[in-house]
Amino acid sequence: MKIGVYVDRHAQTLVGSLGRIAEAPVAFLMTMTVIGIAVALPLCLFVFLQNARQAMAGWNDAFELSVYLSKSTTPRRTNEIAAQIRARDDVASVRVILAPEALAEFRRYSGFGDALEALQENPLPNTLVVTPTSAASTAAGTAALRQALRAVPDVDQVQLDTQWVQRLIAIVDLLRRVVWLAAGLLGLGVALIIGNTVRLDIQNRRAEIEVMKLVGASDGFARRPFLYAGWWYGFGGGVLALLLVAIAIAWVSGPVSRLAQLYGSRFSLSGIGFEAGAMVLLGSSLLGWLGAWIAATQHIRAINPS
Amino acid sequence: MIHFDQVYKRYPNGREALAGVSFRIARGDLTFLTGHSGAGKSSILKLIALIERPTRGRVTIADRVTATIKPRAIPLFRREIGVVFQDNKLLVDRPVADNVALPLIIAGVPRKEIDKRVRAALDQVGLLGKERNRPTELSAGEQQRVGIARAVVAKPPLLIADEPTGNLDPDLAVEIMRLFKRFNDVGVTIVIATHDVHLVDRFDARRIVLGDGRVAAETPQ
Repeated sequence: MKIGVYVDRHAQTLVGSLGRIAEAPVAFLMTMTVIGIAVALPLCLFVFLQNARQAMAGWNDAFELSVYLSKSTTPRRTNEIAAQIRARDDVASVRVILAPEALAEFRRYSGFGDALEALQENPLPNTLVVTPTSAASTAAGTAALRQALRAVPDVDQVQLDTQWVQRLIAIVDLLRRVVWLAAGLLGLGVALIIGNTVRLDIQNRRAEIEVMKLVGASDGFARRPFLYAGWWYGFGGGVLALLLVAIAIAWVSGPVSRLAQLYGSRFSLSGIGFEAGAMVLLGSSLLGWLGAWIAATQHIRAINPS
Repeated sequence: MIHFDQVYKRYPNGREALAGVSFRIARGDLTFLTGHSGAGKSSILKLIALIERPTRGRVTIADRVTATIKPRAIPLFRREIGVVFQDNKLLVDRPVADNVALPLIIAGVPRKEIDKRVRAALDQVGLLGKERNRPTELSAGEQQRVGIARAVVAKPPLLIADEPTGNLDPDLAVEIMRLFKRFNDVGVTIVIATHDVHLVDRFDARRIVLGDGRVAAETPQ
């Protein structure tokens, strides 16, 4: 068969399958809506997480590790250790707080001034405040840094001051996995819904498929219109999902900006973006095609003229 | 063109439709398969179109033993055979032209060529001008002629028909048979299964009479 004829035939089927859908618009719209919602759910979560990550990007600067040295460490040794840590690749800066300074600070801010007077000696150790580079300001990076600092001689204890940020980031990382899981499951659901719709379609057109096979149609030829129908279902569902998410973003973006303002931030919600949107359309179309392919291959093979 | 050699056909339900049928049909012949219903006429046509396969024996169509044709090759094999059904099996939601064009679309004929050949086929069966009608808007005789146009549009060397006049009144039946005769005159091998002996009597053609799954008589010998 010539390429031109082949392309022509595919184009014809693509438009033809759209024509068939137009014959039963209500059924198509309902299937499309189900698919649209199924795609929109993980997409909303995805957008939420994208924005959360963006909002938290600035918080990484808040990472600080407090390194408490053992009581016997001299000020000179303290400065040596500070220099040693400062030389590391993953460290941005090191601030030295010697014990007397720390005590003065504590006395000033804690309100325990009188109680501290009663102490024979300074209970506070020499302390280093270590800020990691932004590249190392991840859950894994800070954990590694903490491990390394602990191993330095004379270091008594290393405390991560902003552990809550780390926990939050860990939660977001977990949620990302959850989004992928949800997307995978709902994607499977979409393929099954479309497969089932196509199966019903095939049953309704059983007589037609028999006739086509009788006059020499291969299974592939009989299957083609159903594959395109599946593609349209997926594509339509994808368009609807993008629309739903766009509406959702528009709906909450006002309150989000106001909330951010109250926290003195200029953060505002960002949408899905062109690239991700295109990926969603492509993905849902492919899912539709795949679902239709599985159902059509199986059911058309079973139809034989009698 | 067609050679049945000791062919048996037993269906899964245990019914033995053919019990040792042997006959030959030469290229360019017009042959009537007759016999009462259940005599095995339809089974023979199904074996020719590879809708069924023989339980035993050998069916050869155009020098090909059908048992050697793999399922994947059946579509190509069927494109060499035009089939006409008693109930015409038209797609009622498509216009006449689309119905007739179906075998050409399947065979991958370019669209310009399709239009030309569809018009030619409809002209041959006297239905030019009905291209845009739905089959349901046509009379029973016209619908059967659309079925014939679809069967011949791809110019198959072999045409088989199962009770093509079964649903038609006698005058229309004769008209349809004349149409088949005309295609036979231009060289198409034609096998027609019919129980209507009176209709067959009006045509000078080969006849294979079936009874109880066997060839009961052949005229001429």
